[in-house]
Amino acid sequence: MAGFLQQIIEGLGAGAIYASLALALVLIYQFTGIVNFAQGEMAMFSTYIAWQFTAGGMPFWLALVLTLAVSFAGGMLIERVLIRPVEGAHELTVVIVSVGLFIFVNAAAGWIWTFLIKDFPNPFPGGAIEAGGLTVGFSTLGILLVVGAVMGLLYLLFQHTKIGLGMRAVATNPESARLVGIRVGWTLALGWGLAATVGAVSGILVAPLLFLEPNMMSGVLIYAFAAATLGGFDSPAGAVAGGLIVGVAETLAGAYAGFIGSDLKIGVPLVIILGVLLVRPQGLFGRAAVERV
Amino acid sequence: MRLSAIGCTAMTAAMLLAAAACGGRQEAQTGSTTAAGQCQGQQTTGITDTSIKLGGIYPLSGPASAYGDIPKGIKAYFDYVNAEKNGIGGRKVEFVVRDDGYQPPKAVEEARRLVEQEQVFALFQTLGTPSTTATWDYANQRKVPQIFVATGASKWGTDTAHPWTIGWQPNYVSEARVYAQYLKQERPDAKVAVLYQNDDFGKDLFGGFQRAVDGSRIKVVAEQSYEVTDPSIDPQMRNLAESGADVFLNITTPKFGSQALAADAKNTGWNPLHIVNNVSSSITVLKPVGFKNVQGVVSAAYYKDPNDPQWKNDPEMMLYFEKMKQYAPDANPAVPYFAFGWAVASSFHKAMESVKCPTREGLRDSVRALNNVQVGMLLPGVTMTTGADDGFPIESMQLMEFKGERWELFGDVIDTRKEFGPLTN
Repeated sequence: MAGFLQQIIEGLGAGAIYASLALALVLIYQFTGIVNFAQGEMAMFSTYIAWQFTAGGMPFWLALVLTLAVSFAGGMLIERVLIRPVEGAHELTVVIVSVGLFIFVNAAAGWIWTFLIKDFPNPFPGGAIEAGGLTVGFSTLGILLVVGAVMGLLYLLFQHTKIGLGMRAVATNPESARLVGIRVGWTLALGWGLAATVGAVSGILVAPLLFLEPNMMSGVLIYAFAAATLGGFDSPAGAVAGGLIVGVAETLAGAYAGFIGSDLKIGVPLVIILGVLLVRPQGLFGRAAVERV
Repeated sequence: MRLSAIGCTAMTAAMLLAAAACGGRQEAQTGSTTAAGQCQGQQTTGITDTSIKLGGIYPLSGPASAYGDIPKGIKAYFDYVNAEKNGIGGRKVEFVVRDDGYQPPKAVEEARRLVEQEQVFALFQTLGTPSTTATWDYANQRKVPQIFVATGASKWGTDTAHPWTIGWQPNYVSEARVYAQYLKQERPDAKVAVLYQNDDFGKDLFGGFQRAVDGSRIKVVAEQSYEVTDPSIDPQMRNLAESGADVFLNITTPKFGSQALAADAKNTGWNPLHIVNNVSSSITVLKPVGFKNVQGVVSAAYYKDPNDPQWKNDPEMMLYFEKMKQYAPDANPAVPYFAFGWAVASSFHKAMESVKCPTREGLRDSVRALNNVQVGMLLPGVTMTTGADDGFPIESMQLMEFKGERWELFGDVIDTRKEFGPLTN
């Protein structure tokens, strides 16, 4: 039994990582109605910026603040320069642009920092809490706490601020939003900036565990998509719940379903995506899009 | 009539092209070494009395670009030999390097370019099992030697359908045998947990290990595989730790090697003897984990590490440092990849010197008739031997343990062919 509970705890730890990136995906979808395939690579690039700061001798927390600021500005810049020209174009066009961005950011990081792996300082202490035969690492707890806090902040932003209201309006109906005086362009840029910031948090959380290299986030991104699909692309709480469920399901499948083992583990998120899309396309926590005609 | 006019033009154009192509080939042949006597009728493309042209394919860009340092070490060696030794037997070496980005389709394209446009004498190294697998059919159809490929897959030696392709470094099965031999002596009752990459590389090494410990009291009590797309191998490491094994065999590529070393260091409740395979034993893998976390880790080597102070006064190492400074001033000679390039280039030098015919056939036969050839950059006691039934130039390795900030060799060189017999399919 202790072994089973331990697997669940480890699954939650892995799930928190997926949830953190899923939050960024959900955020950008909320703001702009598009799915950003480059989210993971942008997070990886932000992590490299943080690494560069700390490698220069800067204290971790100052580097963190600076990185978040740089990521926010960078995200807005990407929206202004790359996404604005295809705004309003077919969804496929935007998807292609984000895939192109994925490849470009990955190659750029390799070019600047090489493909050699780098260690990244862990902001959380190394120990673990042990109780009743179970072990919970401080870093697992730390990641869960940070992800929970980010989720809470996003919820407040979406539901209880004027910016959140404006951005929900933009995502629902850009034309009407513009007519009531919302600056649609800036709202979209704000969305990209915020998503890049949340992505940076995600990258900085996972880098101490996975080691920093240009392909660090590509595996995580697949699981994050599964998490966002499961929880609903328009719900931060859903993304976190989805991430945790995916993490636990994947860990348990790998440990107990003998025929799946470690080989087929990667198939678990795919099965989850497919199942959710068939049964409940809006996700567990998402709302079905209703349009008045 | 219009149709036939077009036909005529097309035919003329085709004939012109054919003539041009023939002209090109003839031009390439003038001045080449003539294959007379017993060498009559053999291929002399890319070789003259004063030159020899080699082509190499490496990932100079992309995720595996760290290996792109290898051709720089090779180039430095050939530059030195060309300038100070009048080349190999009077033939100056021209080494053409192409980038495949570690992508097999691109490797095929570059192999064709090297063979058909550059008209190289031989492909001297293709890097990586996928790229080499993609190109060896082509090289063998064209009867172009594909010499000393930079991958440890055992198929380069066990295969009989590709006589033009040969490996160089110890194959993964040999390496597995070295670890098995070590455990048989030091931990005859070892319970081994294995983490391996789920592809040809991982299965080659793991399979070799299983066969090597077969019949001994050493037991593999847990095995876990991972895909290169997995974000983390932490779940696998947890399952392995639960097995209570007292030896951990880490068969991974660099990123996952670091993760596994870190996971082992983090888990204070499980302290197995950690054996990391040669692919992940580079300092660049250990350093991110922190040197204090990898003390006592065991691996195996076959060429001299430029960071090891015991070679400080070694003549070959001194020559290496001096000539690297002279011919590759931008490169840091302490990086082992340059020393690897140097070692394989001087191995080629030895093989080329002993050819009976200065032809492609001559090189093919010479690399399969190496008899205890000493190469300065290889560890003392590690030599190159091949024969009709032996397609593996190097099959000996020496164990090493990580101490302080570097690897320290220990024990004797283990000749796996002697200990375990020839490796067959």
